[in-house]
Amino acid sequence: MSPSDTPENTTAPGVGDSAADGPLIVFDQVVKRFGDLTVLDHLDFDVAAGERVTLIGPSGSGKTTILRLLMTLEKVTEGRIDIGGEPFSHMPKGSGLAPASESYLRQRRKSIGMVFQQFNLFPNMTVRKNVMEAPVHVLGLSKDEASARAEELLDLVGLGDKVDAHPTQLSGGQQQRVAIARALAMRPEILLLDEVTSALDPELVAGVLDVLREVAETTDITMLCVTHEMGFARDVSHRVLMFDQGRIAEAGHPDQIFGDPQEERTKTFLKSVLENGH
Amino acid sequence: MEFLIAQWPRFLDGTLLTIQLTLGGIVLAFVLAMTFGVMGTMRHWLPRAVATVYVEVFRGIAALVVMYWLIYALPLLSGFQLEDMFAAILALGLNLGAYGAEVVRSSINAVPRAQVEATVALNMSWAQRMRLVVLPQAWAQMLPTFGNLVVELMKATAVVYLVSMHDLSWIADDLRRLSGETIPVFLVAFALYYLIAQVLIFGVRLLERRANRRLGRVPPSGGGILGLLRPPTVGTKVGVAK
Ligand SMILES: Nc1ncnc2c1ncn2[C@@H]1O[C@H](COP(=O)(O)OP(=O)(O)O)[C@@H](O)[C@H]1O
Ligand SMILES: [Mg+2]
Repeated sequence: MSPSDTPENTTAPGVGDSAADGPLIVFDQVVKRFGDLTVLDHLDFDVAAGERVTLIGPSGSGKTTILRLLMTLEKVTEGRIDIGGEPFSHMPKGSGLAPASESYLRQRRKSIGMVFQQFNLFPNMTVRKNVMEAPVHVLGLSKDEASARAEELLDLVGLGDKVDAHPTQLSGGQQQRVAIARALAMRPEILLLDEVTSALDPELVAGVLDVLREVAETTDITMLCVTHEMGFARDVSHRVLMFDQGRIAEAGHPDQIFGDPQEERTKTFLKSVLENGH
Repeated sequence: MEFLIAQWPRFLDGTLLTIQLTLGGIVLAFVLAMTFGVMGTMRHWLPRAVATVYVEVFRGIAALVVMYWLIYALPLLSGFQLEDMFAAILALGLNLGAYGAEVVRSSINAVPRAQVEATVALNMSWAQRMRLVVLPQAWAQMLPTFGNLVVELMKATAVVYLVSMHDLSWIADDLRRLSGETIPVFLVAFALYYLIAQVLIFGVRLLERRANRRLGRVPPSGGGILGLLRPPTVGTKVGVAK
């Protein structure tokens, strides 16, 4: 897995031979604006099936926006996103494409899960219900099946003894691990992780990262991960993308990006992360 | 005093009618408030337009006027006579339902955006999102204001006096006319209204407590009867740093 020479079309060798044989996720000239502010500026990049990509870059560089576009929480302004060789931000209409409708998105986002910086557990449900409600109602699993699976996943994240607790009774780190279990319960092909340890007290970070390491090692879920945890990024990711002002400033294998960054912006950014004690 | 004791059954009949009107009005107002309140949060303009029209029309018209329309004008227009009881409940429910719909709408809008985003990430449909996440959380927010509306509704039932339904107010006034015992009669009426209001308030507080428990918010004073008190404003708690 060596770094590719251009930021575009960099995929990790050894992964990516999915059904369509092409990349799983394709950003094609994606522009995202909020009013006058251009957050993503004609962005091109691909992610292969099974690949784990870490997104780094200064605050405001558009990392969260990329994940939110994939989770269909935002719409592209220009350009398009394809997933699995089929349009994602758009849908086929006649001979061309139209912006995706809500029902089309509902069909297409099935395969995608997301874990948020602030956990966003449902406070009106126990831990078990948080994990099993969507499988029951969205996937149509039986309650018994979903409950058993919730227990299994909560075991996996080390919270087997908290299934009937209330989210407010858990520490931040525990809540985030429930959120990971909740996302996994939907059996996603693609998992989006947006600074999932940034809201945690330092002593709780390791527990969450261990869970994610385990997920990375034991599944072939494609992961897009925004994080300042450079050690973790180095361990689990096939590729690192350095963002700056809505564009990819540098891309490559984690050993190269962290060990031998080429771009001035990457060097400055990594230095600032180290100094801020992340 | 003997007079009051002798007339007690009539007081009870009046009270019963007042309670029936109140409960009927609550059920109808609740259904309308939920329906139009949820419609007021939908993305499509049509349900929102319908909800706005309902709220603005019935918020602006006194329940009494609606009741006059239903009882006196409707038969002239349609040749169809509603039963008094039904008309009264309809008028009260339509009126309070309009206020309730605004409470429902604003409570739904107050559910954090992040919660909705989490439901999108789990690919829930709109109906699943509402039923499983948004409404259960909005519910705790609605209840305190619902408590006020329920008491408002109970007090508003007195308007049926004007279409000669024998509710508590009508009975009290009738007994006053018959006996001249103005003060005792109205004291009893006052006590009975007050009692109904207290039961309603207590009931809503119980619901509030349960709703907050479900959201993992335990009353600061624990689970006892004091838990029914509203929590103090943060700044007023002794020993809490600013
Ligand atoms: N809903 C929004 N409305 C307006 N501006 C937004 C919105 N979401 C994000 N932005 C802006 O877009 C830029 C990129 O944000 P984001 O993708 O969150 O960056 P990052 O995650 O890299 O810190 C920031 O300047 C942010 O203020
Ligand atoms: Mg961000």
